[in-house]
Parts: sequence; C-alpha cells; structure tokens
Amino acid sequence: MTLRDLVDKLLRRQPASASTARDRLQLVLAHDRSDLSPELLDQMRREIFEVVAKYVDIDLEEGDVSLETEDRVTALVANLPFRRPVASTSPKSD
Amino acid sequence: MTSNSRTILICSGKGGVGKTTLTANLGIALAQRGSSTVVLDADFGLRNLDLLLGLENRIVYTAQEVLAETCRLDQALVKHKQVPNLALLPAGNPRMLEWLKPEDMQAIASMLEKRFDYVLIDCPAGIEDGFKNAVAAAREAIVITTPEVSAVRDADRVIGLLNTHGVNPVQLVLNRVRPKMMANQEMLAVDDVTDILALPLLGLVLEDEQVIVSTNRGEPLTLNGTKSPAAKAYSNIAGRLQGEDIPLLDPSKERSGLRATVRRLMQTKIF
Repeated sequence: MTLRDLVDKLLRRQPASASTARDRLQLVLAHDRSDLSPELLDQMRREIFEVVAKYVDIDLEEGDVSLETEDRVTALVANLPFRRPVASTSPKSD
Repeated sequence: MTSNSRTILICSGKGGVGKTTLTANLGIALAQRGSSTVVLDADFGLRNLDLLLGLENRIVYTAQEVLAETCRLDQALVKHKQVPNLALLPAGNPRMLEWLKPEDMQAIASMLEKRFDYVLIDCPAGIEDGFKNAVAAAREAIVITTPEVSAVRDADRVIGLLNTHGVNPVQLVLNRVRPKMMANQEMLAVDDVTDILALPLLGLVLEDEQVIVSTNRGEPLTLNGTKSPAAKAYSNIAGRLQGEDIPLLDPSKERSGLRATVRRLMQTKIF
C-alpha cells in the first residue's frame, strides 16, 4: 500500500486506477496461465472440499480455493478453516 | 562475415502497441551505429514496415520469390538510401495469403543471417499462424507493450509461447509511457509491468507526438538524430542491444518542482 492509497482510504475516495489495473491483471493472468476454465476450477474446488471434509470438519462457507500468481509462477492456494479439531486422526469410514 | 549474427523477433500479441515503429527505428539506429541490419516484415497479409521506412514504392520482389528462386536475394533486398547499412525484406505479397510455413521463415532467416549482423523480424499481431511462422525463425525476442491491462495481458500470453519455443533471451520494451499519469498513479507503473511479466527491461519509450509526424513522412525518428524523447529512447535501445551500458530513464525524474516531489512522496510504499 502506498501513502496515496492510505489517503484515498481515509478520505473514502476511489483508489487511483493503477492499483485497480494491477489487481485485475494479476487475477486474469493467474487464470490465463493455468489454462483452467472457471467450470473446471469450480469442480476441482468442490472435489478438494469433499476430500478434505473426509478427514477434518471444515467450514465450507469460509473455505476458498483460488489461483494466485507471483513472478510468473501460478499457484493453487487453498484456505480451508477447520470448524473444530477432530479427536481421532484416522479417517472416517464410509 | 557475420558468424555471430543475431535474429531478434519483435512481438507484442496485441496490435497497435508499436511493434513496427520499434522495428523501423531500431533498424535505422543499429545500422547508423555500424551494424549491418535487415528488417524482415513477417506480416505479409497486412504489411506496414515499408511504409514506416518510406520504402513502399521500391519493393519489387519479396522473400517468397527468393525462396521460389525466381530472383536473387540481393534483388529482393530494398536498401535504405540514407542508411545504406539497412535493408528491408518483405516476407511475402499481400495477395498470396497462405504459402508461408515455419520452415520457410527459417530458410529466409538463415539466408539473412549469413549477410547481416542483425536480423529484426517484425512479427504480426496475434498468436496464430503468422506468429508461429515468425517465432520459428527467432533466436531471441523483444516483447513490446504499453502500460495498459489489455496490452500487458496479451504480452503475457506471447511470453509464455516464446518460452515454449525456447526463444532466449526475451527482453521488454515499455512504450507510450506518460510520466504525469504514472505520477498520479493513473497508469500502471514501470515496476508493476516488469514484476508482472518478469522480464528484464531493455527500454522505456515516452509517449511522443513526433512518432506520428515521422510516420506521416515515412522517416523514422532515429533518422534525424535523437532530438525527440522517443528517438533518444530508440537509440538507447539499439546501444543496449550492442552491449553498451546506458542507464534506463526514470519517468518520475522527467518532472520536477514541488508538485512532482509531493507526487513522488505519495507513491512511497508504507506497508
């Protein structure tokens, strides 16, 4: 964050467009570079949730799986908060 | 004569960001600095390099006739009258739309590499057949972009494809920079673009009305020295390619006075 961003925030002004451009670019490039369609990403997200939910109780409302990019490296970042720790470490049987 | 000839692709993905203008100016600047240079217009469907160089009335043959052996290479090369070290070769004729293949471009480039120090290939916009032909002949590349989201996005696609084709090194030229807008943070900063694309910066060209004037006349800016900001930038890019250590321009230093100082202060990263 720059000084200008802070002043904008304090005055509740719309931020300068360069930072909006940077954010939008980073998002769109993460998707361009991964060659994943939104449908596939959504399907993968659901399957990841299902697998993780077999082992731990996760908060599906708060969970997020998304693509992030930095220095031409795109990563799949999953943020899956536990609802509460599970007593047993062995997987639940079906 | 030219065992270490360099074949450089000049590409951008998006059209209208300044590929052909860079090719023309860089060709003139390299030739003036003593390197024998040929500029190859790989965009034969919509060719424009001849027009920017003021050579549009002097084209008789193209690389197509050279490959078909209906003419010799020196008959097809159009020499620039004021800069005899520079020649233009159009890849093909706009009427023949589907003859070129990647192997043809490679054959043309290897012919040119035997005779010139620098082979600059003006790449067509897009990432379809025209790009694939041109990239097949390239050894290194210059990606040119402007500080706009669409141009940077397209440049990113092209960089990915250049990596796939093993083109190396790939360097970046940032065109149409407006220091005032950057200072107001209403334009992507130089660092934003180089961080996102992760390429070394070869040059920075300020927005310059003289580019349009020079295009009207068919006389690239570098032809008449380095009076305008863009001409200076192109000439510096040529120098850096030849291995000279020329510092990059800092857009924020282009403006001075209290207002510019305050603007610079406002850009300081606080966390």
